[in-house]
Amino acid sequence: MIDFQLDLQTFWFLALAFFWVGYLVLEGFDFGVGMLLPFLGKDDTDRRVIINTIGPHWDGNEVWIITAGAGTFAAFPEWYATLFSAYFLPLLLIVVSLVVRAVAFEYRGKHHTARWRGNWDKAIFVTSLLPALLWGVALSGLLHGVPIDGDKQFTGNFFDLVQPYALVGGLVTLTLCLLCGAVFLGMKTEDDLRERARTISQRLAPIAAGVLLVFALWTAWGVMDEVIPNLLLLIAATGAGGAVVLTTGRQNEGWTFLVVALTIAFAVFGLFVQLYPNVMVSSTAEANNLTIYNSSSGDYTLTVMTIVALLMLPIVLFYQAVTYYVFRARVGRAQFEGLGQAVGEVAEKLHVAEPHPPQARVDPPTE
Amino acid sequence: MTLDILPLADAALDISRWQFALTTIYHFLFVPLTIGLAYTLAIMQTFWLRSGDEQWLRLTRFFGKLFLINFAIGVATGLVQEFQFGMNWSEYSRFVGDVFGAPLAMEGLMAFFLESTFIGLWVFGWNRLKPGFHLATIWLVAIGTTLSAYFILAANAWMQDPVGYELVNGKAQMTNIFAVLFNETALLAFFHTMAAAAVTAGFFVLGVSAFHMRRGQDVQAFGRSARLAAAIVVPATVLVMLIGDDFMRNMVNRQPMKVAAAEALYDTETKAGLSLFAVAPLEANPGETTVNVKIPYLLSVLATNSFDGEVIGINQLQAQYEQKYGPGDYVPPVGVVYWGFRGMVYIGGLLMVIALWAGYLAWKGKITTNRTFQKVAIWSIPLPFLANTAGWIYTEVGRQPWVVQGLQRTADGVTTAVPVWQMGAALGTFIAIYGILIIVEFWLLKRYAQRLPDPVRDEAERSEPVPAMSY
Repeated sequence: MIDFQLDLQTFWFLALAFFWVGYLVLEGFDFGVGMLLPFLGKDDTDRRVIINTIGPHWDGNEVWIITAGAGTFAAFPEWYATLFSAYFLPLLLIVVSLVVRAVAFEYRGKHHTARWRGNWDKAIFVTSLLPALLWGVALSGLLHGVPIDGDKQFTGNFFDLVQPYALVGGLVTLTLCLLCGAVFLGMKTEDDLRERARTISQRLAPIAAGVLLVFALWTAWGVMDEVIPNLLLLIAATGAGGAVVLTTGRQNEGWTFLVVALTIAFAVFGLFVQLYPNVMVSSTAEANNLTIYNSSSGDYTLTVMTIVALLMLPIVLFYQAVTYYVFRARVGRAQFEGLGQAVGEVAEKLHVAEPHPPQARVDPPTE
Repeated sequence: MTLDILPLADAALDISRWQFALTTIYHFLFVPLTIGLAYTLAIMQTFWLRSGDEQWLRLTRFFGKLFLINFAIGVATGLVQEFQFGMNWSEYSRFVGDVFGAPLAMEGLMAFFLESTFIGLWVFGWNRLKPGFHLATIWLVAIGTTLSAYFILAANAWMQDPVGYELVNGKAQMTNIFAVLFNETALLAFFHTMAAAAVTAGFFVLGVSAFHMRRGQDVQAFGRSARLAAAIVVPATVLVMLIGDDFMRNMVNRQPMKVAAAEALYDTETKAGLSLFAVAPLEANPGETTVNVKIPYLLSVLATNSFDGEVIGINQLQAQYEQKYGPGDYVPPVGVVYWGFRGMVYIGGLLMVIALWAGYLAWKGKITTNRTFQKVAIWSIPLPFLANTAGWIYTEVGRQPWVVQGLQRTADGVTTAVPVWQMGAALGTFIAIYGILIIVEFWLLKRYAQRLPDPVRDEAERSEPVPAMSY
């Protein structure tokens, strides 16, 4: 059984697991929305609606990974150093994706030609897909193990990072993000777009459940032998399966979203529980495993950071919840119609200030 | 170590240094403008709410768009900063993580969440939030950027002037968080940088306003923003100098080699003169200057507050360090440090003159009509960016060969586990992506800066939650 005691190291391990859950649930849906953009957006207005569903949120969501990264740096410097240098190429792809993605959201609407917007849409698709896949590869690699020597140095090459098990792990996060994004879009849009989002979530749910089941079984039989984490993973797979049933219902997108979010939470948490007390398994020798104890900061730093985290997290969770409450309304096409190409391009040619879009009187979207 | 490994190890170090320098300079092009503009916007929006003057609303939204174009790329490139410590500088990370990681994690928990969450509320919350709450969101964004600057500068200050730690098993371990956070070097760097951010944003607003006033467009609105900008840059350019001056005296004690290199002062002097212009053979450490024009006594006065104060030279410090740390070269590339420092100070001085001119014209009510000044103001926009860059080059290059002053050499901080080709690929990727992005960013900023602010809507329209600034 897992030998568990709540010391500072364990607290920080759990805190990081929490950041990862927060990240993969929250950025998970906005990655999903980004990937579905070209498939669900039939025209520019649709695509604007889709992007605006995550508009107020994606930036705040992304901070979860920044905090997970910085928290790892502060609490487990050796883990941070070994992980980031070992996963150099995947992290390069991830970080470049996140850079381009942030800029793409902001710049897409700043110019009116179809080519400009089309290029940024493609960029949003690719830069949502790559991190969604690669984070799963990296996280499952921690468990699967990569070559690490007695000095905590990675001694493998790129192909040690993309083992079949890790690739399945990547597919898990990819499909879960897609599903989460589809369900989120169903919850946040109206009419045709909402229907399309619902249809696609019904198709995605069994795929996500299947991939997760394969991963859970592989983890149980192939990689580790603990009972509890495997149970967590199985619950997660069941949850993804449950989303199938729920998505076929009519008015329950909120509940479906909750189930998918819990699925991601269970899957990620299952992985972390499985990992504990290791943080990175060495495939070279068990003695070389990085653990929460041999890679952590001193007690003083851990204590300071624990106080800071306990003080700040409730506040952060509160105001992030506020944004979701403020922007709880569905986003509809009506908000954007009339804001389109023609107006902008005439203004462009005349080189004058963009006139006010001839807005139809639209009722504020309500739920 | 065999000979064929040696050049590769050097390549990894060189590539990583170039990458860090390029990505950090690039990131810091956007950061001071973000910080300064956040406050400027908050002030404009406050003026609008308090006075009901619609011009302030138009200005808030106009500069708000420019702010967002800049903010996006600043946030995006900030991510690279956090990742590359682990990717390219993993041995540095192992060595300092216990101390250095803490302010970074605090930055995430206290600053990044704040600014990223409330920027979403500000952008999408027009007409959806109560006016007072909506105003609070932009102030919170501004506070978030400030906290972020504070924590990251505290982390950097620890590299310049390590305090509040002990060495345990060859690694730095924190013993006092308050020593780290309230390090004098950190506080000076923070206030100096905040003043520089105000200068950067002030000149940005001033220049953009001048562009429109010069064209005779919307003079009523841009006259207001120009006067606000003048009210910002006058105190800010003075403060940045005064704090910088204090900072230098701190550095004389904490990093004397940096000061000596910044002055190309090879041998210890009392009654030392301040170098205005020096020429030396083109080498990292030429050993002497061929031409050196100085103002007598001034360096001693600035560095020690007395006419005959002693300022220690590069050669004497090198000898001291060899005794303390063993054989080695402890002199940073003198020319880069010298001209980095001068670039910062000279441009800062020029900006102060322009700022005082702006202040005088604003006071006399002539800022909307003086065309010569307006032209100068437009061309001043890039100057603070150059000064900021020069300042950071001076600060970081002046610390070499150390990555953490006196504790770890830069060469010992680089990652050893990553093949050189991967590091090269990363550097190439960043050059390509950043190159494209800066062209796009510049083009967008220019376009949006040259447009006119949107007209004010009537009441009925304004009650709708329109995604005016959204995507």
